[in-house]
Amino acid sequence: MTDSRPVLTMTGISKSFPGVRALHDVNFRLFPGEVHALMGENGAGKSTLIKVLTGVYDTDQGAITLDGEPVSFTGPMQATAAGVSTVFQEVNLCTNLSVAENIFIGREPRLLGAVRWGEVRRRARALLARLDLDLDVSAPLGSYSLAIQQMVAIARAIDIKARVLILDEPTSSLDAGEVAQLFRIMRQLRDEGIAILFVTHFLDQVYEIADRITVLRNGGLVGEYLTTELPQLSLVEKMIGKELDVLEGIEEHSRRDLAALEEGTPLVAVSNFGRSGAVEPFSLTIHAGEVVGLAGLLGSGRTEVARLLFGADRTDGGQVAIDGTASSLRTPAQAIDHGVGFCSENRRAEGIVADLSVRENMILAMQAARGWLRPIPRRRQDELVDKYVKALNIRPADPEVPVRNLSGGNQQKVLLARWLITEPRLLILDEPTRGIDIGAKTEIQKLVTQLSDGGMAVLFISAELEEVLRLSHKVAVMRDRQMVAQLANDESLDADRIMQTIASGSHREEADR
Amino acid sequence: MNDTMSRYRTMIGHRLFWPAAVLFVMLAANTIYRPGFLSIELKDGHLYGTPIDILRLSAPLILVALGMTLVISTGGIDLSVGSLCAISGAIACMYISKQPDQNSLGVVMTALAMALGVSLVLGAWNGVLVAVIGIQPIIATLILMVAGRGLAQLITEGQIITINSEPYRAIGLGHALTLPLAIFIALAAALLVAAFTRRTALGMIIESVGGNAMASRLAGIRSGRVIFLVYVISAACAAVAGFMMTANVSSADGNAAGLWVELDAILAVVIGGTSLAGGRFFLSGTIIGALIIQTLTTTVYAMDISPQTSLLFKAVVVIAVCLIQAPAFRARFSRRRRNVPPPATIADKPKEQVPA
Repeated sequence: MTDSRPVLTMTGISKSFPGVRALHDVNFRLFPGEVHALMGENGAGKSTLIKVLTGVYDTDQGAITLDGEPVSFTGPMQATAAGVSTVFQEVNLCTNLSVAENIFIGREPRLLGAVRWGEVRRRARALLARLDLDLDVSAPLGSYSLAIQQMVAIARAIDIKARVLILDEPTSSLDAGEVAQLFRIMRQLRDEGIAILFVTHFLDQVYEIADRITVLRNGGLVGEYLTTELPQLSLVEKMIGKELDVLEGIEEHSRRDLAALEEGTPLVAVSNFGRSGAVEPFSLTIHAGEVVGLAGLLGSGRTEVARLLFGADRTDGGQVAIDGTASSLRTPAQAIDHGVGFCSENRRAEGIVADLSVRENMILAMQAARGWLRPIPRRRQDELVDKYVKALNIRPADPEVPVRNLSGGNQQKVLLARWLITEPRLLILDEPTRGIDIGAKTEIQKLVTQLSDGGMAVLFISAELEEVLRLSHKVAVMRDRQMVAQLANDESLDADRIMQTIASGSHREEADR
Repeated sequence: MNDTMSRYRTMIGHRLFWPAAVLFVMLAANTIYRPGFLSIELKDGHLYGTPIDILRLSAPLILVALGMTLVISTGGIDLSVGSLCAISGAIACMYISKQPDQNSLGVVMTALAMALGVSLVLGAWNGVLVAVIGIQPIIATLILMVAGRGLAQLITEGQIITINSEPYRAIGLGHALTLPLAIFIALAAALLVAAFTRRTALGMIIESVGGNAMASRLAGIRSGRVIFLVYVISAACAAVAGFMMTANVSSADGNAAGLWVELDAILAVVIGGTSLAGGRFFLSGTIIGALIIQTLTTTVYAMDISPQTSLLFKAVVVIAVCLIQAPAFRARFSRRRRNVPPPATIADKPKEQVPA
């Protein structure tokens, strides 16, 4: 597997953006028939390396060879034509077009200039069959879940006679079954001799599928290792560059006395909130200082609950009391006035304003609450921004760069800072740790515990049960767009029991016990 | 050497560099063609000369383009500004023409207030259509673009209203401190809009709404109010521009006043670096853009380019300006020259090293 010649090499790659040195003298090689994991924290340069490889960015320095020939792609189209296909982190397909159109867009089989639609559909079906997907290829892609869209993106990539397949965090929105399906396909492609470059934040997945690992840190190369020769702990240490004891201290915090918190008037109490087509009516109370975890599978209605509580969507009925007083949460602006903050899981579409600077993104919510006639004095802005850039370890530490130049994890921290600056009483975090590295993840988890110790209520949404268990006082479980249980996080609660609740959805009695 | 290089790069990279360079080249070309182009002389306490004319004639376009900049920054567009110019001019001139003493300052002030008031109402109409009802801006303002011409005709009863009012004429042709008054009006409007957007948080909020409307809503921005406001501001700017246009000729023509000015204004905004997709806006860029367009118009006359080909000539220059500014287009050219090893530059500066 490894004694053949590399299909792809990158040597001495450097790349800078204004104010950010993204890559510095990085080497990388890829052999045919291997799965090669590219690992590193957020901002380590993984995505940049891939974009340099596929010609999205120019290199400042360095050389790339494909099959021993020097290449320099001017864009993904050219890279794809040369056999280097990429499925990018954010699914870049057109949800308004059909599945088949998405697979063949730009290279439709033609006859005398006219697209042969029958052929398009037939080949799309054949391709999806190879991936064990049974879809209506004429249906708009948007009618399928994000996970399926991801699979379609892969189908599109492998149809072109790919020799190198690049998967940039393909699993971040997939559930366990879908991941297994993806891995089966990856193995199949690997055995066909395709070289797969795989980027992920899930360590377990790396050890399940990858043959080789390259680690980046702060834009530099740490090293290349065989997976079998690199224990998981060493990998993490190489990624963050220090010993790993950060997770300690969080464990002790959890499983605090829920009863003590639940005395007194709840901060927010909603009853019979719901929205047809999104989530069945539910009731939920959240007290000051309480962390409520929201567990459930992708698409089980977790985000929908959050959006109702934030007024992003309007509830069909029901009541809400804030500090015991009847109130309403009909718009985000109104929710913010009541001291609610909401970090969306969809960072790019619903979070950052890419054009604006880090500073402007951070003060946006506070400024919106004050109204435009009362600008926050510049000195005050700088104080606040500096404080959170330091506290959250945002890199690069220059608040005036456009936020789009930051890596995903750092953008997430900017969003978090946006809400922390408003000093909310209830902070809703929808998948705040998804797609970000272990270092930033623990930082965010620590922050959540600190905030709740300080009296802030947090609604914490995550697909990772361990994380939910570690942080929450109470866990609400979603299943099929219904809130099926609310479980106190005591000794009896563990991931298995939550899993069972998610699976069976019948533990309501037990919850009320 | 290295220092000069990086300074050169910073200058090239500045967003106003290309518009300013284009303006400079145009002025230079004119001067070569006609050496007296840039000369200015003082006559009767007033400055005269082609550069002064360009400034004076670009004043209405600058006004319209300022309002347009804000609208475009929210991701919208205002096609009705030309009609609004006609309406405001028509109302003002009609009122003045009906008064016994057209030279009374009070009469002119009343006329301006009435016209401005009506324009604000019409701007609010645009704002309601876009922000409250949710019609796409290009359609919503198209309504007033078409209907507004009719409204102006209705006001002037289909006639060209000629007036003889010295104070009103001064808006277009008067002088102050040896310079045309119109220049000061445009400058004041620019400063006012700049202060209104940059001294408050309005500018940032407009850019946020234009940059990502959904994220802005979830950050608690009541974007409807902001969008409503920019259409009202745009209408106010157009109204003042309408006064200037009609004052220049001391008459109001519902058909001709402000015809196609919306297109010039959109062009000025784009040349100035504000994206039609919304987001960041640049008022100073817009002003340079407006000056470029007026200089171009003046050039066409000055160089005796035949009227048949003048529009084509303008179009060619505009295409060139837009291409020079497009990063993708410039990259294509610099890439060809890239075989030379790149100079040790920003890339190697340790200054921005990220903390470990």
